[in-house]
Amino acid sequence: MTATSLHRQPLAETPFHPRTSALNRLHNWGAWAGYRTAGCYGDTVMEHTAIRNAASLYDITPMIKYRITGPDAAAYLDRLTVRNVSNLAEKAVHYTAWTDDAGQMMDDGTLFRLGPQDFRLCCQERHLPWLRDSAWGFDVVIADETESVAALALQGPTSAAVLRACGFDIDGLKPFRMAEFAFAETNLLISRTGFTGDLGYELWIPPAQALALWDHLMMQGAPFGLMPVGSDAVMLARTEAGFLTANLDFIPAQQALREDRSRSPLELGLGWMVDWNKGPFTGRRALLAERETGGRWALVGLDIPGNVSAEGAILYHRKTAEAGFITAACWSPTLKRNLALAQVQARHADCRDLWVEIYALRELQYVKLMLPVRATPRPFFAPERRRATPPPAF
Amino acid sequence: MPMPSCDVLVIGGGLNGLACATRLAQTGRKVTLVEAEPETGGATRALPDLAKGVKAPALAHLLWHLDPRVEKAMTLDRHGLAWAARDIATTVLSPLGPLTVTGAQTSGPDAMAWNRLYSRLTRMAERLEPFRRMAPPRLGGGNDWLALARHALGLRLLGAREFRDLLRLVLINAHDVATDELTDPRLRALLCFDATLGAWASPRNPNTLILWLDRLAGQVAGRKQSLSLPKGGLPALAAAMTAAARAAGVTIRTGARVARIDIAADRADGVTLQTGEMLSARIVVSAIGPKPTLLNLVGARHLDAGLVTRLRHQKARGATAKLHLALSAAPDFGTDLRARLLIAPDEQAVDLAFNPVKYGETPAAPVMELLLSSAFEPGHAPEGQHVLSANVQFAPHAPKDAFSAKTSLLAAAMAQLERAAPGIGALVTASDFLMPQDIEARFGMAGGSWHHGDLSVEQMLFLRPLPELSRYATPVAGLWLTGAGTHPGGLSGAAGWNAAEAIERAGA
Ligand SMILES: Cc1cc2nc3c(=O)[nH]c(=O)nc-3n(C[C@H](O)[C@H](O)[C@H](O)COP(=O)(O)OP(=O)(O)OC[C@H]3O[C@@H](n4cnc5c(N)ncnc54)[C@H](O)[C@@H]3O)c2cc1C
Repeated sequence: MTATSLHRQPLAETPFHPRTSALNRLHNWGAWAGYRTAGCYGDTVMEHTAIRNAASLYDITPMIKYRITGPDAAAYLDRLTVRNVSNLAEKAVHYTAWTDDAGQMMDDGTLFRLGPQDFRLCCQERHLPWLRDSAWGFDVVIADETESVAALALQGPTSAAVLRACGFDIDGLKPFRMAEFAFAETNLLISRTGFTGDLGYELWIPPAQALALWDHLMMQGAPFGLMPVGSDAVMLARTEAGFLTANLDFIPAQQALREDRSRSPLELGLGWMVDWNKGPFTGRRALLAERETGGRWALVGLDIPGNVSAEGAILYHRKTAEAGFITAACWSPTLKRNLALAQVQARHADCRDLWVEIYALRELQYVKLMLPVRATPRPFFAPERRRATPPPAF
Repeated sequence: MPMPSCDVLVIGGGLNGLACATRLAQTGRKVTLVEAEPETGGATRALPDLAKGVKAPALAHLLWHLDPRVEKAMTLDRHGLAWAARDIATTVLSPLGPLTVTGAQTSGPDAMAWNRLYSRLTRMAERLEPFRRMAPPRLGGGNDWLALARHALGLRLLGAREFRDLLRLVLINAHDVATDELTDPRLRALLCFDATLGAWASPRNPNTLILWLDRLAGQVAGRKQSLSLPKGGLPALAAAMTAAARAAGVTIRTGARVARIDIAADRADGVTLQTGEMLSARIVVSAIGPKPTLLNLVGARHLDAGLVTRLRHQKARGATAKLHLALSAAPDFGTDLRARLLIAPDEQAVDLAFNPVKYGETPAAPVMELLLSSAFEPGHAPEGQHVLSANVQFAPHAPKDAFSAKTSLLAAAMAQLERAAPGIGALVTASDFLMPQDIEARFGMAGGSWHHGDLSVEQMLFLRPLPELSRYATPVAGLWLTGAGTHPGGLSGAAGWNAAEAIERAGA
């Protein structure tokens, strides 16, 4: 197998594949970063229900993971990303983003500070060339460890109970913190992080111990309703939470073909994480200029009447002039609300007199709906249990 | 922060730094210029003691361009600038016998053809010349539209046929023009040599003719296309400009090497010298080249990652080695020594001399430009003795083995000289030979590059040194660039003058 024929090979299997494939009744697989991952094991509604009412297990091994180490690691990441990395405590995690010189989003992701000079950056897209280019002048080593770290997301209200039953004392573990546990003669890293907006954890382990971990969790988790879930259910949960996904809610600048497709973090509602005072970082000057003059777009959360999901719909001002478009939408089973994420032209950020045009499929026939939308704060779903330390028992 | 000790701090006392500092001082700013070496002048400063009584410029030995604005505003004549020779002829040394060329005039079978070609190309070069005297146009807007329109109209007024011809010639390689238009191998060699002098390019590379057009666009002291030698050589030009700068009120500090440009709150507010001394200023202008300025003195941390990558990839490949010889008597080249002498028998020789450089190797038969300044006037060498300076092409900027590249190119250059002037080797009393790497180490020129970065079509005008840096401003507020690495390149002072103008326009 040569590098040039790699794309013709079947998708790679994650270390959990022997288990996930046995459980995948539908053989419903999707491609994620070169891996085969379950879209749905049997019933998305049941899987989503597990996320919100019990516990769920989702194989996140394909997430791109970079290890960044060296004396300049913190300084390097401060220059790379928009947040303040020097202030990130050891064993803590933060959600972050980075941009190109023009201040346009390249990706978002989570940054784990494993040690004073040791970080893991997790994200959706591959960035090794950019990370390496950015390293010029810094004493750091950057490695892609996507393949050498297996990972699971354990999410849902009973997730803490599952971990306790497994013998991992996570009572003191606060949101966006991590801790190490001995397991199967290796170190299991558990972080209180996730992509569902709910109480939840992510578990990181060497591939060799992946199956042992899966089995242990599934065994101990059974009484708590633990269920493996696929991407469909997780994407529904993330939309309910109001989280962004690269290539769905924004086009990474380095991939955008059309000049006007890229977006700045300010335009995506991520201005809160930009640290203007930490010193220089890539894109800062462009973002400062944008802050002065105002951006072109705004990302908004929307409430829509009815129960027809507005996926892919266009937004109109006064029902006539195009003003934006929906990037993610769902009728939320948890909240019983019809929700959407949308990009609107900056002058329509208040969403006044904005209408969404939905084509509702009703027994083979499309019906055109023109419905008024209302801006609504994000995250849409943020239960108390997500934050509570120690997490509540079920 | 302490009160700034001056308004403007200029880094680098080459001709561009001096011109820029002078203009800014003339417009009422308090200017300090810091130069790393004991002498100002950069590449034109005097070579330190090659031999007793021998004076030669360190690198640049002949003047193609002297910006008329600089000359006038700095009143260089009043500061001691005079001419040892104007309209210097070029003699191409060849087994066919030497051929002398002065501008459009020459002899031999191609005399007419040369005259026609030269006139045609100088007509075009003159239309391009005004672009040298302004900040490059910018595709994104913010241009001096009036001047731009005037210069563009100037081009258009060439007439449809000549305009088309110009577009063709901008893209074409020098070798094709030489073989299309000329039969005399010596004239072909001259054209090919001058189009690639100082470039990292063979005359067969596309876009090499424009480099010759750029040379033809030059003028010195009111005369167009006038290759000139100041009285006292180029160090005397540096001295005149230094005196003019002082007269305008510029404080000049020599022996002061800048180690860092100080930045606070994303604004350049001074420099730190290698000694640790800090000098504060409202504005810092660096004339040492875009690459060392931004990559070394500013540092990656203060710059966006994309810009750093583009700067790292910006081409700066010196391909000219510098040879100096002190000679105990006049060498015999079989021709008048009061000329620029070229060792380049034909167009192919120039091409062949470049080929090995592509692979980090050295040519067996380098082509060379020789000047014996001592032949033009006394004072360059003791009575009866001579000093020869040569630009030797081509030399690899990143040789596989630095030591053996240097020894073999030196031996090859000496062999070329011996063939052209039998017995010259025995006259050598002292010598000095600098490869591009040595030039970078001693003069700070990135890659040893003639222009602080290749002057090639893709790095010209609004692409010089990079699109986002082409208006002399940098992303760091208060930090400006000038020097040969910025538009239009070279040592004419034009880059320094343009940069000062840009600073004034920005009200900085
Ligand atoms: C081998 C060779 C031969 C050449 N021959 C000719 C020729 O015959 N005719 C011609 O027209 N052109 C010639 N050139 C090109 C010419 O030398 C350059 O175009 C010219 O030197 C550019 O002038 P400048 O003022 O921009 O910079 P420079 O002349 O390079 O001056 C830069 C100055 O900055 C100083 N400096 C550098 N770093 C620091 C620091 N950290 N702190 C303080 N000061 C610093 C340097 O010491 C130097 O004095 C030649 C170039 C080479 C390499």
